[in-house]
Amino acid sequence: MDEPLVIAGRTFRSRLLIGTGKFASAEVMKKAIEASGAEIVTVALRRVNLDDPRDTILSAIDPAKYLLLPNTSGARDANEAVRLARLARAAGCEPWIKLEVTPDPRYLLPDPVETLKAAEILIKDGFIVLPYIHADPILAKRLEDIGTATVMPLGSPIGSNRGIRTRDAIEIIIDGANVPVIVDAGLGAPSHAAEALEMGADGVLINTAIAVAGDPAAMAASFKKGVEAGREAYLAGLGRARKEAEASSPLTGFLR
Amino acid sequence: MSFYDEIRRTNWTEIEREIENRTAADVESALGAAALNFDHFLSLLCPAAEGYLEEMAQRAHLLTRQRFGRTISLFAPLYLSNFCTNRCAYCGFNSGNQIERLALTPQQALEEGEFIHRLGFRNILLLTGEAPKIASVDYLAGICDLLRPLFPSIGAEIYPMSVEEYRTLIAQGVDGLTVFQETYSEELYGRFHLGGKKRNYRWRLETPDRGGEAGFRRIGLGALLGLANWRVEGFYMGLHAMYLMRKYWKSQVFISFPRLRPAAGAFQPLHPVSDLNLVQLLTALRLFLPDTGFTLSTREPSELRDHLIPLGITSMSAGSKTDPGGYTHPQGTEAEAQFEIADDRTPETVADVIRQMGYEPVWKDWDEAFLK
Repeated sequence: MDEPLVIAGRTFRSRLLIGTGKFASAEVMKKAIEASGAEIVTVALRRVNLDDPRDTILSAIDPAKYLLLPNTSGARDANEAVRLARLARAAGCEPWIKLEVTPDPRYLLPDPVETLKAAEILIKDGFIVLPYIHADPILAKRLEDIGTATVMPLGSPIGSNRGIRTRDAIEIIIDGANVPVIVDAGLGAPSHAAEALEMGADGVLINTAIAVAGDPAAMAASFKKGVEAGREAYLAGLGRARKEAEASSPLTGFLR
Repeated sequence: MSFYDEIRRTNWTEIEREIENRTAADVESALGAAALNFDHFLSLLCPAAEGYLEEMAQRAHLLTRQRFGRTISLFAPLYLSNFCTNRCAYCGFNSGNQIERLALTPQQALEEGEFIHRLGFRNILLLTGEAPKIASVDYLAGICDLLRPLFPSIGAEIYPMSVEEYRTLIAQGVDGLTVFQETYSEELYGRFHLGGKKRNYRWRLETPDRGGEAGFRRIGLGALLGLANWRVEGFYMGLHAMYLMRKYWKSQVFISFPRLRPAAGAFQPLHPVSDLNLVQLLTALRLFLPDTGFTLSTREPSELRDHLIPLGITSMSAGSKTDPGGYTHPQGTEAEAQFEIADDRTPETVADVIRQMGYEPVWKDWDEAFLK
């Protein structure tokens, strides 16, 4: 029997998180989110008008069904990310924030120094912080130490669809984490999502692979299955086929 | 080190010869490469690559969709002043032209801004001719004060300034800078720019460097297509974009494609760029620069604009007026427009077409909270 995903005390049945960028229309996005079974939907604050109830993206996401997770996409440093987060809360969003600090517009790689700095400020400020990071195990521990709700290491650069190129480092992060590990970027196919869950990741966040697919809703449904298959495989024992499984002692067993 | 030092390490004539001599085999080898280097890029600009346009277009489409999604950003230009001290052979604002000159008062600029805001735009581009005594930094800063509450994103396509002046504008909420080199050929540049400060090729070429140093979020470049061999111009646009992305790595670089079109009584392009040429240029640049934004203005006719959307365009203007005061006083002002609008559809019509093509028109993609 699987346990649900718990982030900051809140329980989620789905381990698939969805991003809302790059869709052809709010209608297509809405159908994809429904098909994905996701319960957490992240939205770029720079794209939406928080004070406008007719905003096409926001009005397509039912707050009773989904946790709307605002993100700080576009922020280049800690100050900008903090300002955006506070703006979202002031506009009535829940105090959850997906922290993204990406000073480089080409690969959108996260800045570890500014991310840590912003996380510190936001946590003191009462936010529940889900930081997007490179697959850096020490940074993951540092963030966990100051109280982030998750860590969200990248599989490969955002939007690249290249899959989990940071596998070894993500394994170390999962091995040491006491908060949920959500693999956040670069997953391009349901098999990549399955791979992340098989490794023991607690969830994945998908955007580009669904948004730019020929049929986004069908792709969302297949990611849902990929996540479920990966999780089931992990629970079935794949995840334990690692170092703990090598505990037999053929050479020294006679000493017992 | 600036881009001027970089460009002096190359030779226009040699690049031209190199491009013209590339063969179909070179194009195929470029298309087979996993990641394009400058040599591959050069091949995609050659005449033989015309035989591979459909393949280039397919790839450009997929790359753009992957990187930028199914979205097209929309913006509107706001012409503040057509006073100009330059004499550029091809431009309607040429100081030698006997035209009505007008600089909007801050109040008039606000009225134009409010009009553009009502059309739905949240991203505006401010334009002036080169007349620093009239459209001074203080003048622009004052107008930005009025426009900031309406527009989270403000771009500037104005005369080249110093790093300090740019910092003043950035503090006033201007996040984007656009400056076209017109032509990267230093020799030809001198022939078209006959008077005014713009005569100084190096000062203009180094403008994006100064913008990058000042910290603009977005830096736009381009060549006025038609002044010189577009294949060579395209190579230098790619070189310039790559240089800027590496040096000012926090700035988003984008490229515009203003094209001189043959017109009665007007300046005739010496090197006309056909629609086919434009598609080759656009797709070759996209294959070489997957992360660079591409902008298309209303200089191009509606039908062609629609066809270019899937080939790599990421942002467009719509419903543009290129004469100061043109939005609120369509017939009221006598001020001369900079160029003829070839796509005069309303922003809402353009947005509808974008939707029909399977893209979401994006009006807002920035928030003032980033800066303040």
